Amino acid sequence: MNPRIANKIAHGVIYTLVAIVIIILIFLISYILVNGLPYVTPHFLSAPSQVMNAGGGIRDQLFNSIYLLILTLIISFPIALGAGIYLSEYGSGKISGLIRTTIEVLSSLPSIIVGLFVYLLFVIRFHIGFSILSGAVALTFFNLPILTRNIEDSFQSVPNLQREAGISLGLSHWKTITGVIFPEAIPGIITGIILSSGRVFGEAAALIYTSGQSAPVVNYADWNPFDAASFLNPMRPAETLAVHIWKLNTEGLVPDAKQISSGSSAILILVILIFNISAHFLGNYLYRHITSSSK
Amino acid sequence: MKKYDLNDTYIASFDNEKAITTKNIQVFYGKDQAFFNGSLAFPRYKITALIGASGSGKSTFLRCLNRMNDDVATVKGDIMYRGLNINSKKINVYELRKHIGMVFQRPNPFAKSINNNITFSLKAHGMKNKKQLRQRVEKSLKDAALWDEVHGELNQSALALSGGQKQRLCIARAIAMQPDILLLDEPASALDPVSTAEVESTLKELKKKYTIIIVTHNMQQASRISDYTAFFYMGHVLEYNTTKNLFTNPHVKATEDYISGNFG
Ligand SMILES: Nc1ncnc2c1ncn2[C@@H]1O[C@H](COP(=O)(O)OP(=O)(O)OP(=O)(O)O)[C@@H](O)[C@H]1O
Ligand SMILES: [Mg+2]
Repeated sequence: MNPRIANKIAHGVIYTLVAIVIIILIFLISYILVNGLPYVTPHFLSAPSQVMNAGGGIRDQLFNSIYLLILTLIISFPIALGAGIYLSEYGSGKISGLIRTTIEVLSSLPSIIVGLFVYLLFVIRFHIGFSILSGAVALTFFNLPILTRNIEDSFQSVPNLQREAGISLGLSHWKTITGVIFPEAIPGIITGIILSSGRVFGEAAALIYTSGQSAPVVNYADWNPFDAASFLNPMRPAETLAVHIWKLNTEGLVPDAKQISSGSSAILILVILIFNISAHFLGNYLYRHITSSSK
Repeated sequence: MKKYDLNDTYIASFDNEKAITTKNIQVFYGKDQAFFNGSLAFPRYKITALIGASGSGKSTFLRCLNRMNDDVATVKGDIMYRGLNINSKKINVYELRKHIGMVFQRPNPFAKSINNNITFSLKAHGMKNKKQLRQRVEKSLKDAALWDEVHGELNQSALALSGGQKQRLCIARAIAMQPDILLLDEPASALDPVSTAEVESTLKELKKKYTIIIVTHNMQQASRISDYTAFFYMGHVLEYNTTKNLFTNPHVKATEDYISGNFG
């Protein structure tokens, strides 16, 4: 075949496939937004949910999702950072092979299995009960593989020449990592954190048996995380937005279950979209900022 | 492919002051020996060029001199610098690399501002005084012939510089440590002719204060800038002489063929 025609056909096929993906995505997102956004009112966002009556909101679920995400990051980021740096900068031989296999297995576990495991171990065996903490542990299992790999990749994408430059100036390997490699890896790491946050934010299956399906009334004025009623108390059960949607659709008792579910879905999608878009911009911004910092 | 006698060597000796001397350097990558006999004495405040075909071991040899092969290869033999054998386990390599700086084939400035490229390693080595740092930045940029072009934009990203400017920044970064010896591994091979000329004239200026050892593929470059030249062949140094003598009156057949283009 004429190479020019072959090239044209290849282009055509690729563009068509890309267009299909984009159309599906746009359709999905706009469907959810069009169906859900009409129900999103200030009241919807600021009112607690109802068990029997119509007119409930999603205030607590939204907060729970965010709080759970933050706790998950607090637990998983330091571990992932250590593991990622080890794999990228020091890892070779048996130990890093072991870590890699572990990560692979961890990332391929079905979320419901992880949820049940954490349920049996933490919720039941350790008597922690349905709680944000248990949920955060379950989500850490998910987040850890993604985040570790992302951090490893971010470090790996910094050319080896940068390490040699540092070493040749009499810096130690560690100083080169912290002073040269890490700053260059930050934009990629931030992007990875935000993208994985999107996944964590939308996770439901692993949370049903860990952070639970109830949203007890909490006091948003109580900043002491050790108070049982405080909104910061990590030991209380906490239904998240994604779990709320699942529950409304399986056993929702409120008459407006469908509307609330649609509204919640819209919010969920919006938040995840914001995560993704901000990941892009923040990554770029940070890269520019770090590479030519004026300090 | 012609075969050359690896025992047919001509290593001239000179009685001027030496900056660094190697004895029987052998380098092994794992079990593979990549370098066999390196005994060279490098005169102080001169430019010595290391030439030879690709894979002849020039980089391998050069990287021994500031212990950049430490985690990569096993290096046997002695490297004498200021009366010390620096190829010994007891040597503090971080301190050593302050005295023997290196510039690489591809310009590799840090992803920092021009200023921070130079101050980063100085600070890491304990220099805190702001004024001192500023002076050191200015001086090394001037020595690397980059000051006039960048002094107004020291806070700009080094990544926005041209290739030749980046390479001169890397030179400035290396000489900011005030080393004795500067090792350069094909510093101009990734650059266009204009940038190459900039770097070459910079090096000629620098030899007033530094001993320079430069790897190059380019024989014109070697003859333009260097005082001494060593010819490498399959992990052996076959000939070492003043650049003038080596190019006009080679003693070894391999050298003669290499410089006249009849090699291999
Ligand atoms: N990191 C390494 N691991 C294993 N072998 C290596 C390594 N670096 C170099 N070698 C081998 O050592 C030999 C000499 O390589 P070296 O890079 O020193 O040559 P060179 O003269 O610098 O070549 P060039 O002009 O292409 O840069 C080659 O056979 C090469 O394959
Ligand atoms: Mg080389």
